[in-house]
Order: sequence, then structure tokens, then C-alpha cells
Amino acid sequence: MIYVLEEKCIGCSLCVKACIFGAIKIVDRKAVIDEEACTLCGACVTACKKHGAIFIEEKSREEADVSAYKGLWIFAEQRDGNLMNVALELLGVGRDLADALNISLSAVLLCGTGIPACNGMPQQLIHSGADRVYFIDHPLLKQYQTDIYAKALVSLINRYLPEIVLFGASSIGRALAPRVAARLRTGLTADCTGLAIDREKRLLVQTRPAFGGNLMATIVIPNHRPQMATVRPNVMKRLEPQTSRTGEVIEVKDISLQAEDMCTKILDVIHDADTTVNLQEADIIVSGGRGLGKAENFKIIKELADVIGGAVGASRATVDAGWIPSYHQVGQTGKTVHPKLYIACGISGAIQHLIGMQTSDTIVAVNKDPNAPIFNVATYGIVADLFDIVPVLTETFREKLGKQ
Amino acid sequence: MRIIVCIKQVPDSGEVRFDKETHSMIREGLPSIINPFDENAIEAALQLREEHGGEVIVLSMGAPHAEEQLRQSIAMGADRAILLTDRRFALADTLATAYSLSTAIKKIGDYDLLLFGKQAIDGDTAQVGPGVAEMLELPQITYVREIQVADGKVTAERVLEDSYEIVEAQLPALLTVVKEINEPRHASLRGVLKAKKAEVTIWKPEDIDAELAKIGIEGSACSVIETFTPEPRTGTEKLSGTSEEIAEVLFARLRQQNVL
Repeated sequence: MIYVLEEKCIGCSLCVKACIFGAIKIVDRKAVIDEEACTLCGACVTACKKHGAIFIEEKSREEADVSAYKGLWIFAEQRDGNLMNVALELLGVGRDLADALNISLSAVLLCGTGIPACNGMPQQLIHSGADRVYFIDHPLLKQYQTDIYAKALVSLINRYLPEIVLFGASSIGRALAPRVAARLRTGLTADCTGLAIDREKRLLVQTRPAFGGNLMATIVIPNHRPQMATVRPNVMKRLEPQTSRTGEVIEVKDISLQAEDMCTKILDVIHDADTTVNLQEADIIVSGGRGLGKAENFKIIKELADVIGGAVGASRATVDAGWIPSYHQVGQTGKTVHPKLYIACGISGAIQHLIGMQTSDTIVAVNKDPNAPIFNVATYGIVADLFDIVPVLTETFREKLGKQ
Repeated sequence: MRIIVCIKQVPDSGEVRFDKETHSMIREGLPSIINPFDENAIEAALQLREEHGGEVIVLSMGAPHAEEQLRQSIAMGADRAILLTDRRFALADTLATAYSLSTAIKKIGDYDLLLFGKQAIDGDTAQVGPGVAEMLELPQITYVREIQVADGKVTAERVLEDSYEIVEAQLPALLTVVKEINEPRHASLRGVLKAKKAEVTIWKPEDIDAELAKIGIEGSACSVIETFTPEPRTGTEKLSGTSEEIAEVLFARLRQQNVL
């Protein structure tokens, strides 16, 4: 909106000359702005600097519209009737945010368990920090499908009007949230690693990595509601569950869901350890690089990974060489991982690899070359031939872990 | 069949250099490339065209010099290319980008399949594909590593964290693909010559009947209020000694930090 402060305006018409859109007239010695013609370019504000009679206020949607939205929601992702860790992590951060805004924290659960009390999930959500749980237990929601989940969630959001909705940045959250946001025509920030509240403006302040973590951006959604974000798994801390915590559990039954709402059909779900590896959720990853020299030597990596309960990762060079399938690849064109422990063996640390793993909590780097860039991000650096040191690490760790 | 592939021009991260003093990324002067996952999408489209016939149209929104990446896709084998470029499209968030692309796709019309890369390597949002699917009311399948088309249906393998799904949808549908799906081809000499002569269609908001309030910065819900370079990691501890000594010390350290 653009305003003329009548008490300051002297009708000098400097603004009229400054306006290239012909949107300002002087009427009774006061500037009058034609809002239809005005483009909010600000030229008149500059021209009127001396008198300070014109100002622009940024406000696109009606304020009433925005203030109708109350409460913070988290999408409580479940698979096969069990809550995902990230749902509990969202409650952890959501609790702080809701308290800062003095609003309630609700979890919304979509599932198709068909058993009373949804396999205990609503209670678990209350114990982990939720004030309220809205749930729909419907056979068509048994397996995640974007269109029907989006329909159910959009109906709930339009009914209860939450101010903020958070999702886990999982393969489900990142498929569902953008669809819901586009339908609601609101903003969505992807894969956030930091969330805070600007109390004065009542805004969710979202921080996220871009360029694979080489650049951080802080983002707000000023004029659209709900403010939505997906949140990176393994980053937020969950609360210690308290069985004494109580809350309200609301089953929503009157939202119509039909098979026709689904335009995709899941023919099969395959758990195949040979062609999938859950690097994103792994706590420990041991990765091999070009230094391994040949495909067979990945067994050195696998042995160490097995001893410490880790998953096997790989650099792009080894995948491109055909030593290991691409679903093991860590890096910008592979997977972005953030385990508690990342052990890089024979990986020089090209930027494309660092981008995929540099946010790991603890990084151990083994490389012959003391100048390898991987040492710039390592917590512990070992300048040595991986063939000398890695088998010794495996044996030592096996022995020490075996004793306990 | 008509396949539309949406691509993004991104800086080549392989060429990223860091300022030695501040450890911050030097963004100026980075060469531009086709977003790597989008190259997989182009390759998937070309393979489907080889199998089923039809045409592959490549669409992008960006600065005028994104024309270069569209020419590269023609060199790979795409039939034609369209670039949405105008100052009014600029500074769009994923909502405004999805709107602009979906409006352009409506204008192209008669499509059977829309292909995207799973995400762009600069923004890493993965939100534009699903956003376009929503605006065009299409079924979406994200993180796809295999595509089969038959009898007006697409069947795809969608990769989840610890498993994969076989998902079927009626055409038209929108898919986003992962790297595993294929190995993008190099441009042929004939392709390069064709690309040189090819005309890249330029569309402005008026050409696609886009509502100006829904595009560019005006149509964006998210605003970036700050960008900063994260603190670099400091204090790498170099472990030295015999392999056995190093293993002992490392184990103790990792134990201390509760990671083992």
C-alpha cells in the first residue's frame, strides 16, 4: 500500500513530476495517488524525501487473512503404523517454536492401521511434546500416496487454519509438502536446518543450506499462510518422552476420501538390500574413494563398516569407474548425508563430494596426500596409506567393541 | 508421444573455488551447466522417444544466457527448446517458478509425460516438479530410477530411503528422476551442428498468458532475508604414529564423543 500523509504534504507536485506512470494528481493542494496506475516503484517517495509525506507499506495479503491462522502443526510421518524419527524431532523443535509464539503444538497423523488407537501413535506424539493430535485412520491412507495424502491434509489445514506446518524432509515429506503448498498457494522452504521465531513479526525464520551447504540462506514467508517448511532429518533434537504428559486426541472422520482420489497406484514395495542402502538415515558411514584402486578393495571398507554398524558410501569417481553401484554415492549428484560419524578412506575431497557430507557430526579422513582437501573438513586426519591403516582400525575396533 | 523436459541452468560446482582467506565460495565467473539430474531427465526422454516415437521438447526459465543449456539439450537430441526469460520472471521462489512453467506447459499442450531432475544442485529444493504437477492436476512420481511406458500408462520405480516402490499412473503424468536412471549421452557431432542452427523459442509472460501477480518476485511467497557462508570447520586433529597407535587414539576419541 502507498500512503500520503496529508499533514506533511504541501502540494509541491515534485512527486507528480517524478511519477512516470502518471499516477499522482494534486487535488486541493494535496497529492492523491491512483492505486490502479501506481506500480509502487518508489520514485515519488524519493522525490518527497524533504517532506516525507509519501510512504509505502509492504503488505500484500489482507492482515485479517493472515491473523486467522493459529497454531503450529507437524506432519507426523508414519510408515507401516510406526512413527518416523523425524516426526518426533519435529515435535522437539516445534515445542520451542510454539512456546515462543504462545500457540499450541499439534501433530497431524494420516494412517491406515485399522486398529483402535492407531497402534499407539497418537499417545506417543503427546508424550513427545504435542498438545493435540488430529488423526485420520482410513484404509486408503495405509500406504503413502501423494494425491490422497495431499487431499486429506489440505482439507484439515483449510478447516483448522494452522499458522505454521512442518514436515520431515524425507522422500515422503518432500513429495507431499510442495504439492500441498502449491494447492494452498503458500510458501514452502525446503530442507531447513535451523528454525526460529521473530516474535515481533510473528514469523517463522527458516535457515537452510544451498549449494550443498556452502551457502546458507535465511528465509521468511511474510504474507502467506500457513508458513510451511520441510526439515532435515537428524538435525533437530527430540524431547525425552514423558508418559505423564496429556493432550487432546481428535479423530477426524468426516473428510471424504475415495479410491478415485488416487491417480497413482503402488503395485509393489520392494525391500532389497542389494539395490538400496539407507545412507540418509545411517548414523555411521564408511566411504571409499579412488584410493581403493579397484572394485574388489571395497571389501576393506565393508569390513570396517560392518564392525561399527555403518553403511558403505562411495565417491563419484568409484561409481563412475563401475566399482560400486550409484546408490552408494555420496555427494552432490548422489546423496547428501549427515551421519554422526563419517569415515572417508582414500577420498581426496572434491567439492562435489564435500557438499554431500561436510555437515556430518564427526569426520575421519584417511588419505596418503597430506594436502588432500578432505582434511579441511575433517575432525580427525590420518595421513597414511588406507591399505595400512583401515584393516588395523577394523581389527582394533572389533576387539574393543567385542569386549563390551 | 510428446515429452516435455524442464531443465535449469546451474553453476558448475565442479569448478567451485574457495577464497583462501575467508573460506567462502567464490561464485563469480562459475561456468554454467545443465543441472546434472536434468541431464538424466533429457536422456530418459530421448530413450522413450527412441522406443515409442514422438518428440522431446525442452523447457527452461532463466536468464537469456540459459539458451546455451537449451542448445546443449538439442545437441543431445531434443527436438526443440523453449526459454521463458523476462525480468518479470526473475527472483521467483518455487511457487512462482512452478506457476510459470505450468502456464508454459499448458501453452505447449498435448503432452504425455513431463520429466524433471529430482532437484537442482544449486537450490536443492526438489519442489518445482511436484508444484507443477499440482498446478496441472497431474499424477506425480518423484525419485524415479526406471520408467516403462505402455498402454497409456507409465510404470516407474520410485526410490525411498530403504526400499523402492513400483508405481503406476495414467498418462499424462509428471516424473522426477534420480541419477541411477541412466548415463546421459554426449552430444553427437550432428547434434552440435543442429544445435548451432536451431532456434530457441523465447516466451515472455504475455506469450503464455501468465498472471503477473503470480510470477517472479511478485508471485513469490518466500523471501530470502539473508545469505551467509557457514563457519568453516576448524581444528582438524592430525593423528600420527604407528597404525596401532592411531587406531587406539581414534577409538578413544570416538568413544569420548559417543559416536562409537
